[in-house]
Amino acid sequence: MRAYKGKGDVQAKPYYTDRYWVAPRVPKFDVESDEVFSKDLEVIKSKFDVLEAFIQVEQMTVFINPDDNYKVLQLLKDELDYTQLSEMSAIDFIETRDGFEIFYQMLSMNKRKRIRIKMFIKNGAAINSVEKLFRSADWSEREVFDMFGIEANGHPFMKRILMPYDWQGYPLLKTYPLQGDEFAAWYEVDKIYGKEAREEIGPEIRDTATVDRYDSDRFARLGYEVPIGVKITGNEPKNTQNYQEEGGVFLIRKLDKDSSKVIDDPQR
Amino acid sequence: MAQIKNRLTPFFENITFDRDDNELVLNFGPQHPSAHGQLRLMLHLQQEQIVKAHPDVGYLHRGMEKMAENMIYNEFMPTTDRMDYIASSSNNYGFALAVEKLVGLEVPRRAQVIRMMLLEINRLMSHLFWLATTALDVGAMTVFLYAFREREYLMDIIEGYCGARLTHSAIRIGGVPLDIQDTFIAQLKDFLDKFPQAIKDYEDLLDKNRIWLMRMEEVGVISTEMALSWGCTGPMLRASGVAWDIRKEEPYELYDEVEFSVPFSDKGDNYARYRVYMQEMRESAKILYQTIDMYKKTQINNQTELMAHAPKYISAPKLDIMTQNYSLMQHFVLVTQGMRPPVGEVYIATESPKGELGYFINSQGGAYPYRLKMRAPSFWHTGILTDLLPGHYIPDVVSIIGTTNIVFGEVDR
Repeated sequence: MRAYKGKGDVQAKPYYTDRYWVAPRVPKFDVESDEVFSKDLEVIKSKFDVLEAFIQVEQMTVFINPDDNYKVLQLLKDELDYTQLSEMSAIDFIETRDGFEIFYQMLSMNKRKRIRIKMFIKNGAAINSVEKLFRSADWSEREVFDMFGIEANGHPFMKRILMPYDWQGYPLLKTYPLQGDEFAAWYEVDKIYGKEAREEIGPEIRDTATVDRYDSDRFARLGYEVPIGVKITGNEPKNTQNYQEEGGVFLIRKLDKDSSKVIDDPQR
Repeated sequence: MAQIKNRLTPFFENITFDRDDNELVLNFGPQHPSAHGQLRLMLHLQQEQIVKAHPDVGYLHRGMEKMAENMIYNEFMPTTDRMDYIASSSNNYGFALAVEKLVGLEVPRRAQVIRMMLLEINRLMSHLFWLATTALDVGAMTVFLYAFREREYLMDIIEGYCGARLTHSAIRIGGVPLDIQDTFIAQLKDFLDKFPQAIKDYEDLLDKNRIWLMRMEEVGVISTEMALSWGCTGPMLRASGVAWDIRKEEPYELYDEVEFSVPFSDKGDNYARYRVYMQEMRESAKILYQTIDMYKKTQINNQTELMAHAPKYISAPKLDIMTQNYSLMQHFVLVTQGMRPPVGEVYIATESPKGELGYFINSQGGAYPYRLKMRAPSFWHTGILTDLLPGHYIPDVVSIIGTTNIVFGEVDR
């Protein structure tokens, strides 16, 4: 029987896997071990539910309920001096937990501390926009929407940012195929020439080693050039025209066409 | 391929007139010489004044975060070059540092010194490039030529070190691949001795230049609140009154051992940013002088190691690989399967020439990162144009884009 492969994650998998490999963990420390963080956490805990909190690589991670995100960030900004939202994004856990982890990376310049506020949302749920608190969330939330399809309630302009507006699918999901789907493969052709031109234009050549010997427009017919517009028969005589100056150029040896060997095999 | 009729509508959408309020929508870019890459701006104009600006990005989107999820950690290093391609070593470094913190590696001292040299050379290259292009956009052709000349010396040094001029990949996870070449120090010293005069030359041309002042002073003023709220970092933030430099505040490598100051201004306009960039070049040169001494000290103390010693994650030195069977096996496994960092998360911010360059890595213990998010400073420096441009005039757009120093490899990733 073949091994079951989940459809929630179609990303590349390492070829070599060790089934008995137990991955070590980055050590997590108690929040009490840091004075500043423990005070901050107490303030957050007094007003909101904290699901989990620990320090990892010198930064505190706090898990909160997804409904509280606006208020927690407001508290952090107004009372705890975390004045900058450096980054926010999502992590796809659809296959294992059917949802996403959203993180907000906060920076306090006066305390020289960084906090990561995290929350788990179910697949299909939306988050509250924090754009009114931090303008930087304007673009980050658009990026999260663009890449994961997570909408932010209350965002003034919830549109794609990096991908085209009419794109289908969310590229950073683990379910998004690596080579793109059919829509992605034909996006330009469909848009510019229409679907009926697909056959005439053909699929995009993704093999970089491909050489079309009869493509006169792309200068691949070295030695058998044909003027543009003239039909290629395939048995043109070899062109012995010399492209180099008489006497050659300093340091460059003159190419002897007749004794040179053309390697046809793209795989070499 | 035969000619096929296409369905693209003619580009009359560039200009629309609305009878009621006489608003003109101007499409700026994505192919515009002073957009510094692929920036499209939709500007709503009243006469020559901008009432609404809408930056449209994504023309250089290559899906690097997706790529990162599908390759081993070392494989991803050359891709980071293509983010901020003006100063690619700083991207390499940010990624290497994030993985090192995740794994918990100690980088040998000589590698740290070489990294600092590379980082500061990159900073100078980036700042010189910024100065050149911004001055060119504003019309100062001479400065462009001068600044590119100086940048060329630095490119030569870098080329001598790693063979590449733009996409260096000169830093590895766990250290640096090579020691600096014999001529490196002499070339660098040569450059540093000439450089103060060069900066003075630029300043003589620009500081009191009437045209430069008119285009720069009181144009594009970013208040402190706005800069913080929009996530501005680096020179953009420092010109707006916050003296925050990650090298100083959260020192990495050996930045706590070198002496330098953090230039800042509370004006927040284009001119303030220009001054901050100029001063930062001086500070970088100062750091580079100190790193030369630090490097010489490592030679005296005979600290020759360049890569961290961690057989689980880093290949052994070349000599060991060629002579010892076990090292060769380790190397083979690390190249074919890749290192497997522990399960955990890390966010590491470094001060790239443009601002805070952060790497967030979520590792699930596999050979590929589960999620890698790159926090590129230019992304928010482009976003701020939405709020910054309204109220300004069309010519100001060019100088404001110039001083924000955005690079689109980094914005779109």
